[in-house]
Amino acid sequence: MSDDAHTDYPPVSFTDRMETVEFRVGERPHIVVDGDQCQGCTTQACVTACPANLFVPRADGGIVFNYEQCFECGTCYMVCNTEGAITWTYPDGGHGVVFRKA
Amino acid sequence: MTADQVTGDVTARDFDVIVVGAGPAGSAAAIGAARAGARVALLERGPFPGAKNMFGGVVYGRILDTLIPGWYGEMPVQRWITRRATMMLAGDRSFTVDFRAGEWGRAPYNGATVYRADFDAWLAAHATAAGATLVCDTVVTGLITEGSRIVGVHTDRADGDLRAPMIVACDGVNTFLAKQAGIAGDTSPGNYTLGVKETLALGRDVIEARFGVRGTDGVDIEVVGSTGNVPGGGFIYTNRDTVSVGVVLRLPELAEDTQRPEEILAEFKSHEAVATLVEGGEITEYSAHLIPEGGRDAMGALGCDGMLVAGDAAAFCLAAGIWLEGVNFAIGSGAVAGRVAARAARGNTPEVALGEYRAELEANFVLADHTKLRGAPHLILGERMQQRYPQIMCDIAQGMFTVDNPEPKPGLAKIARKALRRHDVRLRDLARDGRDIWRSFG
Repeated sequence: MSDDAHTDYPPVSFTDRMETVEFRVGERPHIVVDGDQCQGCTTQACVTACPANLFVPRADGGIVFNYEQCFECGTCYMVCNTEGAITWTYPDGGHGVVFRKA
Repeated sequence: MTADQVTGDVTARDFDVIVVGAGPAGSAAAIGAARAGARVALLERGPFPGAKNMFGGVVYGRILDTLIPGWYGEMPVQRWITRRATMMLAGDRSFTVDFRAGEWGRAPYNGATVYRADFDAWLAAHATAAGATLVCDTVVTGLITEGSRIVGVHTDRADGDLRAPMIVACDGVNTFLAKQAGIAGDTSPGNYTLGVKETLALGRDVIEARFGVRGTDGVDIEVVGSTGNVPGGGFIYTNRDTVSVGVVLRLPELAEDTQRPEEILAEFKSHEAVATLVEGGEITEYSAHLIPEGGRDAMGALGCDGMLVAGDAAAFCLAAGIWLEGVNFAIGSGAVAGRVAARAARGNTPEVALGEYRAELEANFVLADHTKLRGAPHLILGERMQQRYPQIMCDIAQGMFTVDNPEPKPGLAKIARKALRRHDVRLRDLARDGRDIWRSFG
């Protein structure tokens, strides 16, 4: 890749990036991660692949998950290789991500 | 559930066809069914049609000619695509094939960029105008079955069960309905890519100066060799006063990679060929969505007794490098599904719907294009196309255009042979890929 010394991007933190997206957060977590199942998972593919960066590795080898800023894309359950670790449903009607310019 | 209980359910007689999902497939299905005389419920889990949807960026409207005559006078368009470029990136180099057609900027047009929140809501409005009942904020949580027949859906509303002779599942790439019915195709991660996209505010003047278009004309640039270790591609589309820039990443390799999606996108944006187009743009929205890219061989049954599947849910998505189309396939399949479902509901013959649906799709572009291009996904996401051919094309171009005086000009054959050798592509591989490309695209 080219030297990006010439590029002129405003620095965007991940928090700022996610603040450009509207989320109507429901009360029910629509995705549930069984952190114990994640113990011993060597790949933790969800951590790298989730575009919203919602999967955070715990010091003890498990995973902490936050459902609130979820794009509802499905990447996490697709790449997860531990049966039952991720329980994935849509948010309740009218809740969740609202795209305007996508 | 017994027949008496069914008749006791008031909603049982309210609808002939229930369409799940008010994206392009669902709204087209609702239009098709309603115009065929069916009473149609169109269920959408978002607060409005399009709220959950994201795409690369171009709608090809020819399929709308019969569905919504004069569509181009009313569709909420960002820009009409009059320039179409395919770019190969290799290191700091780029090789681009760039085509412009002024005709595409005039009626009856070819393709347009849109925002899905606008476009999907517009198409859904046509469904309600045709008589369909649009119900938003409603998740379909499962299918109601009797024996092997699907007879309705559960929703997350109180007393939310709905029954109808025919269901049309347009519930998108994650299609839990096709999965529950056991008719989804090959849903392994290798058949999906993740698209991530930034919508960048740049202003009309900047866009028109950088992209060389004026008025309502716009540009679509597809890029290969731009996604690091992960097979995929990049894209840049112009909207009226924003630019959409994104990458598409194959899931199995993304899962194994150390780079996160937004990091791969940032690297794409930092390439000089891309940066000069998009830099300075402020992110107005970041979005992500899965894309079913498995093609013909990954498709499932397209339906079962009492249900048809259309759009992304049926994996109708042509990801064939130079052609990247989905919304047109969603509309094309949805419209047929709606019409067939209405007929089956009226005749009380849900068991024949699937055969009719499949036959109609095979006779039109929906299945014909996917069948013809069944080898394309493998070809496009293969290692040579992703990594080596962009390098080779750039080597050849650089060899041709570098003036090495006082050395005499080398011939093209010599430059090409050297490039192939340097990137370890044998003539045998080239011949095989050439044959496959010809079979798919010829």
